[in-house]
This record gives sequence, C-alpha cells and structure tokens, in this order.
Amino acid sequence: MNPVNYLYLAALLFTIGAAGVLIRRNAIVVFMCVELMLNACNLAFVTFSRMHGNLDGQIIAFFTMVVAAAEVVVGLAIIVSLFRSRHSASVDDASLMKL
Amino acid sequence: MSATAVHSLWTMAGGVTSAAPDEKFKAPVIEYTQLTPVLIVIGVAVLGVLVEAFVPRRARYYTQVFLAVAALVAAFAAVIGLAAAGYGTTKAHIAAMGAIAVDGPALFLQGTILLTSLVAVFTFAERRLDPESHGSRVDSFAAQAASVPGSDSEKAAVKAGFTTTEVFPLLLFAVAGMLVFPAANDLLTLFVALEVFSLPLYLLCAVARRKRLMSQEAAVKYFLLGAFSSAFLLFGIALLYGYAGSVSYAQIATVVDGSIQQIDPALADTMGNDVLLLIGGAMILTGLLFKVGAVPFHMWTPDVYQGAPTPVTGFMAAATKVAAFGALLRLLYVVLPGLTWDLRPVMWGIAIVTMVGGAIVAITQTDIKRLLAYSSIAHAGFILAGVIAATPQGISSVLFYLATYSFVTVGAFAVVTLVRDAGGEATHLSKWAGLGRRSPLVAAVFAVFLLAFAGIPLTSGFSGKFAVFKAAAEGGASGLVVVGVISSAIAAFFYIRVIVLMFFSEPKADGPTVAVPSPLTMTTIAVGVAVTLVLGLAPQYFLDLASQAGVFVR
Repeated sequence: MNPVNYLYLAALLFTIGAAGVLIRRNAIVVFMCVELMLNACNLAFVTFSRMHGNLDGQIIAFFTMVVAAAEVVVGLAIIVSLFRSRHSASVDDASLMKL
Repeated sequence: MSATAVHSLWTMAGGVTSAAPDEKFKAPVIEYTQLTPVLIVIGVAVLGVLVEAFVPRRARYYTQVFLAVAALVAAFAAVIGLAAAGYGTTKAHIAAMGAIAVDGPALFLQGTILLTSLVAVFTFAERRLDPESHGSRVDSFAAQAASVPGSDSEKAAVKAGFTTTEVFPLLLFAVAGMLVFPAANDLLTLFVALEVFSLPLYLLCAVARRKRLMSQEAAVKYFLLGAFSSAFLLFGIALLYGYAGSVSYAQIATVVDGSIQQIDPALADTMGNDVLLLIGGAMILTGLLFKVGAVPFHMWTPDVYQGAPTPVTGFMAAATKVAAFGALLRLLYVVLPGLTWDLRPVMWGIAIVTMVGGAIVAITQTDIKRLLAYSSIAHAGFILAGVIAATPQGISSVLFYLATYSFVTVGAFAVVTLVRDAGGEATHLSKWAGLGRRSPLVAAVFAVFLLAFAGIPLTSGFSGKFAVFKAAAEGGASGLVVVGVISSAIAAFFYIRVIVLMFFSEPKADGPTVAVPSPLTMTTIAVGVAVTLVLGLAPQYFLDLASQAGVFVR
C-alpha cells in the first residue's frame, strides 16, 4: 500500500486529538487527546522513515514514547493533586484566576 | 513512489550490510569536555535526587542549596572556560555527532541562563519571609506537595517541619534542559531538551506553600497547554523530517535552499512538496512561540505567572525566555533562512500583536504578578522585532536584550516576594499604595526595575531596547520599530502608574508589611539592580561581547 495513506491517517489522528483538547472539559480526557496527538506524530515519523529508507524516524519514535511516558508521570501527578483538593478534574472549574 | 520501490530501499540496504560483514559498528564520538556545562548540571541534579533518598531530613536543605549553587557556579566557570578557549568564536563547531552546537550564541545564552538561575536559586532558598511555623523556618514551597491543602495530613507535615527540598534538583533538571535548548543542532535534541526543561517547571508551579489551589490550577493549565504545544512542535518536526529526510539542522538547511548534492528518489519526491516544509516550519514555530509567550499563544502566561510560587515565576519568566528565544534564533537563522521571505509577514504580524496586545492588556491589570506577566508578553514582542531583523546585528541585539531582561525580571519578582500580609504575598495593586512612604528602599528598588522594563535611559532596558530597535530598523523593519516605540510608550504608562501608586498615594491602615529578607534574597535584588545600572550606564563592553558571540555555526 502507498505509504502516503499512513500520513493521511496520522494527520487525521492529530486533528482528532487537537479537536479533543479544545472541546473536552475533563483534564484527564484532554490529556489523553494530547497523547493521541503524540502518537499521530509517531505514525508520521515511522511512515517518513519508511519512505526515506533511513532509520532516523524510527529512533525518534522511541524517544517520543519515552517523553510521552515521562509526561504521563508528571501530568497525572498534577491532575490527581488538583482532583484531590477540588474533587473535580474539570478544566472549567479551575478558574480562580479569571480576569 | 511505487510500493516496490519503497520496499527495495529496505531489502537493498539489508543486502548491502550482509555483503560487507567486515564493516564494524562505529562508536559515536562525543566531545565530553565541550559539553561540561550541561553534564555538570545534570550530574548534580541526579545527585540531588540521591540526596533526597539518603540524607537525613534535617541536613537536606543545606546539602541541596550547597549542591545547586556549586553546580551552577561550576557550570558557569565551564562556560567561561570554553569561551576563553575560543569555542565561541574561532573554534565554534558542532559537537556530539551533530546534536549540539558549541558556538557564540550558545555559550552566551548558556552563561546568561546559568547566572540568572544562580540568583534565582537564592530566592528559592529564602527562609525568612514567612513567619516561623512550629519553630522551623519555612520557604515558599509546600511542606508536602502531595498532601491536600487544609487537610490533616498537611497540618501534620507542617507541624513536623517538612519542606519540599526536591525543588532544587527539579530546578537543576530544568536548567540542564534550558542549556541544551539554545544549543540543540538537530530537531530531536530540540524536542527532548524542550521536554526536559518543561516537565520540572510544570511540577515547580504546583508546590506553593500559600494559595496552593491557585498554584495547582496554574500547574494544570501550564501542563495541558504546554503538552498541547509540544505536540504541535513534534508534528512539525515529523513534517520537516519527511520533507528533508533528516532531522539535522545542516541537512535540512541544504535541502531547503536546494544546495544539496546527493538526492535519492525518495528525497526528490518529498523535496518537491512545499506543503510539508511550510506547515512543518509553521508548527515548529508555534511550539517555540508558545514557550516565549508571543500573542496568539500567550494564554497561559498570566495565569501561570500569577499562580506559581513567586520565586519559580521569576526563574521561569527569565530563564525560559532566554532558552526559547535562543532556540528560535537558531531555527530561523540556521535551518530556515531559505524561508525568511515566506515567514516575514507572519512574524511581523505576531511581533506587532504581541507588542501592542501585551502593552494594552497590561493597563487593565490589578495584580502585580499578572501585570508583570503581560509586561513579559510585550517584551517578547520587542525581542521578536530583533529576531525578525535577519542580520548579524539582529542576533547580537537579541542576545544583549535577553541578558538585560532576565536579570531585571528575576530582581522584580524577588521584590514581589517581600511585600506581604497575613495571607502571604500581597500581590493586589491596591495593597501597594503608599509603599514608598512605608519602606522607601524597597519601593525605590522596585521603581528601578520598573523603569528598566519601561526602557528609560540609564537603565539596561533602554540600552537593550535601543539595540533591538536599531537592528530592526537596519534590517528593513522600520514599521516594526514604529509600532515598538508606540507600544513602549503605552507600556511606560502602566509602569509609571505603579511608581506613582507607590510614592504618591496615602498608605492604607491595613496595608501589607515589607518582610526583611535574609542575605540570599538581598543578593538577588542587589545583583538585579547592579546589572540594571551597569548595563544601562556602560553597556559597550557587553554589547561588544554579544556582537562577538553573535555568529551561529552551521
């Protein structure tokens, strides 16, 4: 199959993730959408790696996975601490500092 | 490209390796001596984590402060050593198999980041501002970040005299990422460095001792928006990699300007596709402009600056901006000079809305930290004007501006930590009324910082702004200079308004008190004032230094 199709899929996944970040209101779901965007990037990297016939893209995909894992650790820690003090993980409720 | 052609790339490559079994795997060459600044900071940060695990609680604070200060001083000495050995000028080159550039801008910015972090560490370590709780001195950070604010477990932690000494290793990890960020010479290193300095900052935002709900809220906002923007950056990297078949800056630059020698069929196929290049470049710029807080991507700045513990705000406002502008400069001057004309209208637009928007919205602010946040947005716009200049003077003026701006920022936020009432820091502007009558020295120092932000002559803000606008005008961006001067005038209005409020209005009966800090914060503020005045009165030496350093290695 033509590898370009995977690029379309990656762009689609990225767009779904970005739309989710903007639309969803639960911090955990927003964060999952960000992870979807990172995975879309991985798919694009691997596809380009295949097209160019070098391994850079596949190596970068590994780095992205490690970074995403580190981000999950930090992100969940922050979101859980917010949830414990407010009993809500909604990003709309977190509005102490509106102008 | 057909499926069989794609497939042959892999099968052919496999055939070649099996045909030449003698060819050994070559170990990468890494110039460890030239990477010492980064290695020192990362090494001590790891050591700091071990200190948390093994050193008794009583001794941790002193151990961590000592380690952090020693690491930053040693790393700064290493930067000076490298610069003295000529790595900033004649011996500038690309180290670590093309991953890190050791050149003038990288060393200059690393030195600036290390010095600002050093003075910021002093504000992190300050323990005399809050009243003693249960017989132990406390700093600005939560007794136990994991405990729910107001809960029994938090009260127990406060009573036991716990402090979050983890902030020092976190700060060092962030500094390590910032040191790599402006020196990154391939897109993968750029992305990893971005995450290495962002993740500790997200955590640092969440651990304020007072007003922790606000602090956690700031952390969540910063984290979600930061992760969102780094996903954009990463997709941009993927597209540029697809365009050029490599993530190395040099390789991408040759593909962009068409001077590449060897073109294989796959590269010829993607090179013709400008959509990859333009969208990829724009997405990477989005990620970087988010970090500098330029206007369409500035939404996080006021909330995060207001909610984060003030020492963290000062550090973040100064050092992140230096690192991110360094990376932005390198990207625009080394990777995408071929796109200068395509990007020019976009960058002009962003610079203009950033300068004007930051200055105008700042007028309506009633909280001193939010006011400084919008002022930092306006400053990002002024620096962007220098970035757009696209001349060697543009680079050196931006380097100089970043050096001046970062010290003023750390100093200003250090002063904000001093003005306190029963609820912690009194950040509402109405509380600052008459501060000049009650404590003239603090008010006078803050006035110096505000005048420097406003760009009044004899302060560093003026020489920085002058250098940037001069470079922009010579680089053919006179329109930007006009807008810049107008928005400086607007910005001067609200800086002067704060000064008038401090000196010419009656102090309130229930006004805040000014805490007497330990020598730590005094050092921070004194260094800030000294740098502001020295760079304002005698900037020539540092301007020369910046212009010597202003050449990127390719």
